[in-house]
Amino acid sequence: MQTKIAVIGDRGSVLGFKAIGFGVFEADKEVSIAPLVSDLAKKEYGIIFVTEELIAVNLDVVEQYKDHMLPAIIPIPGKNGSLGIGMENIHKNVERAVGADIFQTQ
Amino acid sequence: MAVLQVNPTRMELSRLKKRLTTSMRGHKLLKDKRDDLMKKFLELIRENMELRTRLEEKMAQVYAGFVAAGAAMDDAILQEALMLPQRQVYASARTKNVMSVSVPDFEFTDTSDEKRDIYPYGFAFTSGELDASVDALQEVLPLMLQLAQAEKTVQLLAEEIEKTRRRVNALEYVQIPTLQETIKSITMKLDENERGNLARLMKIKDMMIARQRQAQE
Repeated sequence: MQTKIAVIGDRGSVLGFKAIGFGVFEADKEVSIAPLVSDLAKKEYGIIFVTEELIAVNLDVVEQYKDHMLPAIIPIPGKNGSLGIGMENIHKNVERAVGADIFQTQ
Repeated sequence: MAVLQVNPTRMELSRLKKRLTTSMRGHKLLKDKRDDLMKKFLELIRENMELRTRLEEKMAQVYAGFVAAGAAMDDAILQEALMLPQRQVYASARTKNVMSVSVPDFEFTDTSDEKRDIYPYGFAFTSGELDASVDALQEVLPLMLQLAQAEKTVQLLAEEIEKTRRRVNALEYVQIPTLQETIKSITMKLDENERGNLARLMKIKDMMIARQRQAQE
């Protein structure tokens, strides 16, 4: 299945992605991205990259699509650098699967 | 452990025994599935972590490049330069089967023309920094896709492992003990009946012998 790739974030972070052919959607921290994401999911976007700043305030959206195969909602660092949310998500997955975070010391 | 509310009959006993064998087999299979999923998961999570670390480093460089480009030229021109993309990238998502979990397998294709470069703008009004940043972004693209695939796979596997573990535990600590207890209690009740019957027969026999003797005297 041919799917498109979207990126959601503040203007400064996502601007460049337009040049390489992503669907770019600007969003503010104040507004929930839930409607946008569900809209994108319907429009056959397979991967949605979201900046960590936005992920932090929209955790419910991520939760909603967690167990679906598509779209994959993937946090990427914003222009202000990584907030560690992406890594935290990985650790959460480990915890979910193993029962304890066995990579914590790293 | 609670015993099931069933009639203590032979029919019920053989039915329960069948259920117990099925449960035991299911338990073994699910346990194997869980162990194998876990093995796969640990492999993938390492890959996932490595990819993310690499991407985060690269992204920091990319953003630095764009900040430099933004500083070197007017914001409006920067906007305009990037407004109309040359091409569109697609991720063709196929389904891959990892231990009966459907995970996506992304492969990316784009609509770009081989002969043309990726810059969606002319070079007249833009700075060299912008070209470099777009190049850098282009380079992280495969990495981003790999990460997307790895991360989603890990997420789906985690969910499946959690589910399987719950099933294994339910079988191991609830279903199987309950069945065993019930089977035991039914067997005991049947044996008790058997003994009761035997005792009664012996008693009757004694009574009959006694009566015969009385008649003979």
